[in-house]
Amino acid sequence: MFLYTLTLQRATGIVCATYGNFTGGKMQEIVVARGKVLDLLRPDDNGKLQTLLSVEIFGAVRSLAQFRLTGSQKDYIVVGSDSGRIVILEYNKEKNLFEKVHQETFGKSGCRRIVPGQYLAVDPKGRAVMIGACEKQKLVYVLNRDNAARLTISSPLEAHKSHTIVYSITGVDCGFDNPIFAAIELDYSEADQDSTGQAANEAQKHLTFYELDLGLNHVVRKWTEPIDNGANMLVTVPGGGDGPSGVLVCAENFVIYKNQNQPDVRAVIPRRQDLPPHRGVLIVSAATHKLKALFFFLLQTEYGDVFKVTLDYEKDSDQVTELKIKYFDTIPVTSAMCVLKSGFLFAASEFGNHALYQFQSIGEDPEVESSSLTLVETEEGYQPIFFMPRKLKNLVQIDDVESLMPIMDMKVANLFEEETPQIFSLCGRGPRSSLRILRPGLAVTEMAVSQLPGVPSAVWTVKKHANDEFDAYIVVSFVNATLVLSIGETVEEVSNSGFLDTTPSLAISLLGDDSLMQVHPSGIRHIRADGRINEWKTPGKKTIVKVGFNWMQVAIALSGGELIYFEMDMSGQLMEIEKRDMTGDVACLDIAPVPEGRQRSRFLAVGSYDSTIRILSLDPDDCMQILSVQAVSSPPESLLLLEVQASTGGEDGADHPASVFLNAGLQNGVLLRTEVDMVTGQLSDTRTRFLGLRAPKLFSALVRGRRAMLCLSSRPWLGYIHQGHFLLTPLSYETLEYAASFSSDQCAEGVVAVARDALRVFTIERLGETFNQTVVPLRYTPRKFILHPKQKSLIILESDQGAFTTEERDTNKREVIEAACAHRNGRTEEDEEMADGENEDPLPDEQYGYPKAEPNKWASCIRVLDPKTSTTTCLLELQENEAAFSLCAVNFHDNKELGSLIAVGTAKDLQFMPKKEASGGFIHIYRLADEGKLELVHKTPVDGVPTALCQFQGRLLVGVGQVLRIYDLGKRKLLRKCENKNFPNTIIAIHTYGDRIYVGDIQESFHYVKYRRDENQLYTFADDSCPRWLTASLHIDFDTMAGADKFGNVYVMRLPQDVSEEIEDDPTGGKIKWEQGRLNGAPNKVEEIIQFHVGEVVTSLQRASLIPGGGESVLYGTIMGSVGALLPFSSREDVDFFSHLEMHLRQDNPPLCGCDHMAFRSAYFPVKDVIDGDLCEQYPTLTSELQRKIADDLDRTPGEILKKLEDIRNRII
Amino acid sequence: MQASDRFNINSQLEHLQAKYVGTGHADVNRFEWAVNIQRDSYASYIGHAPLLSFFAVAENESIGRVRYTFMQKMLLPCGKPPDRDQED
Repeated sequence: MFLYTLTLQRATGIVCATYGNFTGGKMQEIVVARGKVLDLLRPDDNGKLQTLLSVEIFGAVRSLAQFRLTGSQKDYIVVGSDSGRIVILEYNKEKNLFEKVHQETFGKSGCRRIVPGQYLAVDPKGRAVMIGACEKQKLVYVLNRDNAARLTISSPLEAHKSHTIVYSITGVDCGFDNPIFAAIELDYSEADQDSTGQAANEAQKHLTFYELDLGLNHVVRKWTEPIDNGANMLVTVPGGGDGPSGVLVCAENFVIYKNQNQPDVRAVIPRRQDLPPHRGVLIVSAATHKLKALFFFLLQTEYGDVFKVTLDYEKDSDQVTELKIKYFDTIPVTSAMCVLKSGFLFAASEFGNHALYQFQSIGEDPEVESSSLTLVETEEGYQPIFFMPRKLKNLVQIDDVESLMPIMDMKVANLFEEETPQIFSLCGRGPRSSLRILRPGLAVTEMAVSQLPGVPSAVWTVKKHANDEFDAYIVVSFVNATLVLSIGETVEEVSNSGFLDTTPSLAISLLGDDSLMQVHPSGIRHIRADGRINEWKTPGKKTIVKVGFNWMQVAIALSGGELIYFEMDMSGQLMEIEKRDMTGDVACLDIAPVPEGRQRSRFLAVGSYDSTIRILSLDPDDCMQILSVQAVSSPPESLLLLEVQASTGGEDGADHPASVFLNAGLQNGVLLRTEVDMVTGQLSDTRTRFLGLRAPKLFSALVRGRRAMLCLSSRPWLGYIHQGHFLLTPLSYETLEYAASFSSDQCAEGVVAVARDALRVFTIERLGETFNQTVVPLRYTPRKFILHPKQKSLIILESDQGAFTTEERDTNKREVIEAACAHRNGRTEEDEEMADGENEDPLPDEQYGYPKAEPNKWASCIRVLDPKTSTTTCLLELQENEAAFSLCAVNFHDNKELGSLIAVGTAKDLQFMPKKEASGGFIHIYRLADEGKLELVHKTPVDGVPTALCQFQGRLLVGVGQVLRIYDLGKRKLLRKCENKNFPNTIIAIHTYGDRIYVGDIQESFHYVKYRRDENQLYTFADDSCPRWLTASLHIDFDTMAGADKFGNVYVMRLPQDVSEEIEDDPTGGKIKWEQGRLNGAPNKVEEIIQFHVGEVVTSLQRASLIPGGGESVLYGTIMGSVGALLPFSSREDVDFFSHLEMHLRQDNPPLCGCDHMAFRSAYFPVKDVIDGDLCEQYPTLTSELQRKIADDLDRTPGEILKKLEDIRNRII
Repeated sequence: MQASDRFNINSQLEHLQAKYVGTGHADVNRFEWAVNIQRDSYASYIGHAPLLSFFAVAENESIGRVRYTFMQKMLLPCGKPPDRDQED
């Protein structure tokens, strides 16, 4: 078996981010690292965040920094990854790609303890960069420019200190003096030697300044001083005339200003009132905002509160006198914050959706919560300061960027009976958890729907003048009339447009610069700008049946199969040029738009009912001569010639030559895309795709200023170009009859369409996304869910550690707010108003998070959700510190009258630290009654945590720690029937097939177990030879299991055929019973047949087909919020082709950040029989020379390779 | 040191041990070995963002807090070192 893997939805979580002027313009962009993907984002004029570029780097990005050489206009990006190399990137605006400017190797690859890459710090003046590891190693590179103003990088200078753990490094702003880097260091050498533990207790963190002496080209430890032992992060303070220089040391509960020759200035971070006293407050992300005259810092705590930190200092001596901390706002906890000059705050959430905020104010109110001057030290330490979070005051959210991170569980099913199945995924954590229903396709925003007097057959939009920005009319055709609507402030019917309204229309268009054309069955009406009307009438009793046109040329087909070709002459008259009799009726016509700088388009495409498509010439020399013929499988319904520029740029900056594709929608629902030779008109290289049950009708539309294609079949599709790829994606919208592009000042790039008796205007957003989402909010971190087979409802388990149950939370909240209100009495009116506002919606949990409780306190619930209406029909909150972890649907064979029951495994008083233990567990059995209510049948105590449940032959299989047990249903509780205690650690997954049981252990992969009914015994007869920390499992066939482990690997293992047969043909059972184990395990070992490193923790595996009638693939969802697929190859030829393509791409297109592709995919185990589609799909982004070179080596043309790539993608989605 | 010493196996090992923290030697004891493994593991967890998120979800803490806890644990990952005198 060979698999082709493809990421369908790239990771949506963000690990780190940096911002700057990467395009070199005024605009600021954001570069975010999503684990193994590097994205360039920019907020557009409407405040929507757009992705300009997204590159997969086949490695782990751990840190990002940005710097600018003095006097330059453009910023560079430094990437610290696991490649053992420092990489400097520059964004090339013209080609829309990252260019690798420098790549310097300094150590081994991998995320190792002493190999730098974890931390990056740049000198604020862009003269040097420091790259550090968790321990010991720090390297400094000097950045400079050569005579040609190119960036140069020096050889590394070492600033190592052994036996030292580094928490954070940053560049110190000291103007144009020698660059200085600051680091938080902790020396462990003594602690490792001292057996009394005293040295460890006394271990002291130090703040160390490293100075790079540019003259001597040497790094020295300049200054080191003990700091607070809770220190975890450093923030650069502006210096060199803009501020006092130095650093802010963020420590647990404190922010401390530190600099050489200055006393510490310390202020305490305000705490939330409901925080347990033993918990500290840690700063997890920081942003600096620097203007000419002022600067401030935004620091976010681990609970989401953002504080504004300002420094008061004496301008002449740079002595800092006061450090003030003011509560700013509370937003979900971020992994990075970026304050843009345009007044936006980009908050990259660590889990859940990211957000773009706009600043309303910068919290200039002089009243502050905490200051270094008001710090009170008592015998117990510094006195804490409390505050109450409030609603957003300084920030307004203007955009929401969807993120699936973390996907906790995922299932694919067609519960809505749509054409393609839906992906149900449990996402998010705590109060921001949600169930997201993903559908392949683009999301559509509906702008307007209006009812029409009849059922329309067609719709067009038309401008009054070629230079107009917006459309002037919407023209709707009915069976016997035409309705003209003018577009202005409102859309209303007009009668003075010159269009004939007593007849249906076949086409409406702008002709030339400013005249309009209406084609109706009995003629062509040409409306000149000055109001003159020329009418061309059909000869005899013939009627016009089909029209093809652009703004200079018109071709009509008369009934009986006569083609007449018109062209506009110099005087603006529509002149008949040529006629041709086709042998039968014409099914469809199309003329491509007039190419720029030409007078006419050269080709007319004609589809006939005899299932052929012909290309006719429109050149005056050989007008209406047939250039080429294509026979197709079914009569064509609609044709569209579309220019596709498949790649973005060539090596010399020149674009790839665009190729013209003839798109044909056939009556059997297939879309054909055939390349048309621009010179000869020959057709070649056909790609087919089944779109739906109805014949696709093709229309052109505008997407990001380029011509794109709308295909209307049983659902609408959009064919467009996104980052160099031609994508054909379904739209999540209802069936449409006819469509036209639409542009007005409310909606620049929209579509107007008719469906039944309504006119619809919509826009298409979030281009490039594979899935669109419907979100249903949940209460706690979702753990697992099942689809109830009969009722088509979802049963979801949610549990949160260290959280209060809803009841407790409500009481606490009420108390706190009452206290706060009482406290505010006698304050100013403004405060009163604020308090009033709070009473309405005290503090939404999605934003503020749940209050923290003791780590061994759990809140958990079982939810029954009807996905069709997104309503929760039943929500059971578990009591007495129980938390639900496993569930399954089970039919007990002895109690058939009860029907399908739900078994839920819960743990009581579970804690992980210092040791994982629970005071017990329970198995709840529920019956799903009518209206989706859960009724408890009974509850059985067990001696551990039931972490896995599964139905097995009308009984219940339970994994409790190391024990696998079979239960049967009793009257009062479950009854033990049989058990096997010999599993290595904790059973976390059970699958069954026949009498074979597949048990997944948390640490040691799968065990194959056989149940012998006659002996009532469970025998483990095979297991894996590798220890695998299983996170997801999927049963594939009788002998085969797929699994994923904690380190980001996906693998498939199979029991050898002979072993499998031996086990099955063992009538006495003696063999299986007495066979000795091997290698501390079962007597037989399974074989690994597939191995692949995804690079993100895979949390769920599913087998599904996402396209109607397509083959099944394995889908996976990861903790970073990405969704991918593994598709089995169907032919050996494809395997050869793709493995060669992959090999060439590995050689000629090494990953961007210096990683090695093969090493990445084999990070833990060597990759086996998997071809990386993500790498193969980088082929279109190569330069055309390189594309040709690879294609030559493969004995193909680049077009054929692109077609292959497209084909295989179309087999998955 | 003689020129030839540079190439003998012991000095090469010493060089490796100096350069790469955690390189073992013949007399490594159980504690030292465990400490190295633990520190390497924590560094790996911190470096691999998806793993760190995985832990953060499990512990219901923010990623920043989990990272900090792991860094703190690198100081004394296996508890107090054994008493040297007793071991001998």
